[in-house]
Amino acid sequence: MSPLQKAAATILCMTFALMVLATILVPAPYARQFRDVPNAGPSTAHLLGTDALGRDSLSRLLYGTRVSLLLAPAAALLSTLIAALLGSAAGFLGGWFERIVLAVTDLSLSLPWLFLLLTVRAMLPLDVPPMLSVIVAFLMMGLLGWQASVRVICAATRGVKDSDFLLLARSSGCKPSRLLLRHVAPNLRPLFYAQFWISIPLFILTEANLSILGLGVMEPMPSWGNLLRGFEDFPSLAANPCRLVPLILLVIVVMCFQLVLPSQEVTQ
Amino acid sequence: MIKEEKAAKLFRHALRRLLFLFCLGIGGALLSATLVRFAPGYGVQERELDPRWSAQSVEALRQKQVLREGLASFYFHYLSALAHGDLGESDSLKRPVGELLRQRLPTTGKSVVRGLGFAWLAAALLASLGLASRGWLYEASSTAFSSLLLSLPSAVVAMLAVHLRTPVFCAIGVVVFPRLHRYIRSLLVRSYDQPYVLAARARGLGSGAIFWRHVLPVAAPPLLALFGVSFAIAFGAAIPIEALCDSPGLGQLAWQAALSRDLPLIVNVTLVVCLVMLAANSLADLAGSTLAGSTQ
Repeated sequence: MSPLQKAAATILCMTFALMVLATILVPAPYARQFRDVPNAGPSTAHLLGTDALGRDSLSRLLYGTRVSLLLAPAAALLSTLIAALLGSAAGFLGGWFERIVLAVTDLSLSLPWLFLLLTVRAMLPLDVPPMLSVIVAFLMMGLLGWQASVRVICAATRGVKDSDFLLLARSSGCKPSRLLLRHVAPNLRPLFYAQFWISIPLFILTEANLSILGLGVMEPMPSWGNLLRGFEDFPSLAANPCRLVPLILLVIVVMCFQLVLPSQEVTQ
Repeated sequence: MIKEEKAAKLFRHALRRLLFLFCLGIGGALLSATLVRFAPGYGVQERELDPRWSAQSVEALRQKQVLREGLASFYFHYLSALAHGDLGESDSLKRPVGELLRQRLPTTGKSVVRGLGFAWLAAALLASLGLASRGWLYEASSTAFSSLLLSLPSAVVAMLAVHLRTPVFCAIGVVVFPRLHRYIRSLLVRSYDQPYVLAARARGLGSGAIFWRHVLPVAAPPLLALFGVSFAIAFGAAIPIEALCDSPGLGQLAWQAALSRDLPLIVNVTLVVCLVMLAANSLADLAGSTLAGSTQ
């Protein structure tokens, strides 16, 4: 690990600690309105000021960090699991199953990711409770974000399939399911980790885009995307630059994830 | 003889791609029809509740719906209408989807093509300059700059574009640029590190000749493949950018359709975008195969 990667990992650990300790650190509940001080600047009572509805910005940022940083890895885990299952099965079994999986993957990859998400989101009710909207947004990403990983895992499985140890295991009478679970999957573990790490920043950015467009996490539940919606109001942003903190935190975390990512040889 | 064989092979490849596109088009249309058919609220006509409609008119509406109630009948009606260029009617805008697409596609097409031109030019220029200088400071600063852009959500780029009053295509270019820059840079570095490039340099060949004769022909097929992928990235970025910059394109239309749960519209917009993407990817793939064949 290079010094830069160590620094990135430290920042990520600190952000995760902030997320875990959010309940203790928050000065007020994220939805509580201080109606006498809307759009207030930083003060001792509100360290990052308040938003247009008088809600404490620091509390919303801490809870938003929790929502984004807890659910993006969860969605990444789901998509990596789907990709691992489909990709390794396609690469291992080959034939028509592999052709179908790769054709579906190609079709999904050729479609811009946001168009696909918007289509699926449009099929679901819009006026859902905030907590459900969080689950819907990240579940949708997890269920639809596996395509890019499938190709990589399938290609790697094909490589493992031709190896000597697998030939030996097969000649010893190992069943295909056991071959896949005990011999192929453990050899692909570094690749699964890499795909998992790659997906996290992608899902964080996608949630931000969806929430800014009003199709992600619903108010009053905070998330990084929700907090960025206030950016449209540039005059108040200029008056209170502390509102830039969610964007700065998002950019730093996504950059850290990119820096910590395993080397290109593993991911490609 | 070899040339004829190559041409025949290429023709077969093109034909296969065309057939694949056609099958995917049919499959995509059926999938779209299924999504519309099974979406919550399908078949419920708001007009049935309008007191201004007479009983006969309401009955006629219901009869029209009954005709399409069976799944096979629904698919038949959908595909036959599609064959005549009828993509249905938008629930929220009450206008034919085909007409909306014809109006919006040129706006998005123009923004995407210009944005891609801007992104490709900037990415190729910065990557080439980085290779020419080979200085760590330039490398570090250009990598940090593209990483910073890569970490920005496209919706934030759109908001900045609104604030700075820059055209939509610039915002699309800014979103696509870092992805291209990273790939082009690593591709050029790999190509320049090849032994035959070293040998050419040792023989005293000029940098221009090395680039045109030894680097570009090898790097061209993956670059063409990247061109197809960059189209998908640009179209994806067009949604938040057009929505927030108030540009009347396909991205804005898709966003409005999603917000108003207008399934016939969003599904058909997605289908059209998917077909455009597949055509662009197939063209890039064919051009790449031709180039790879000629290089070999």
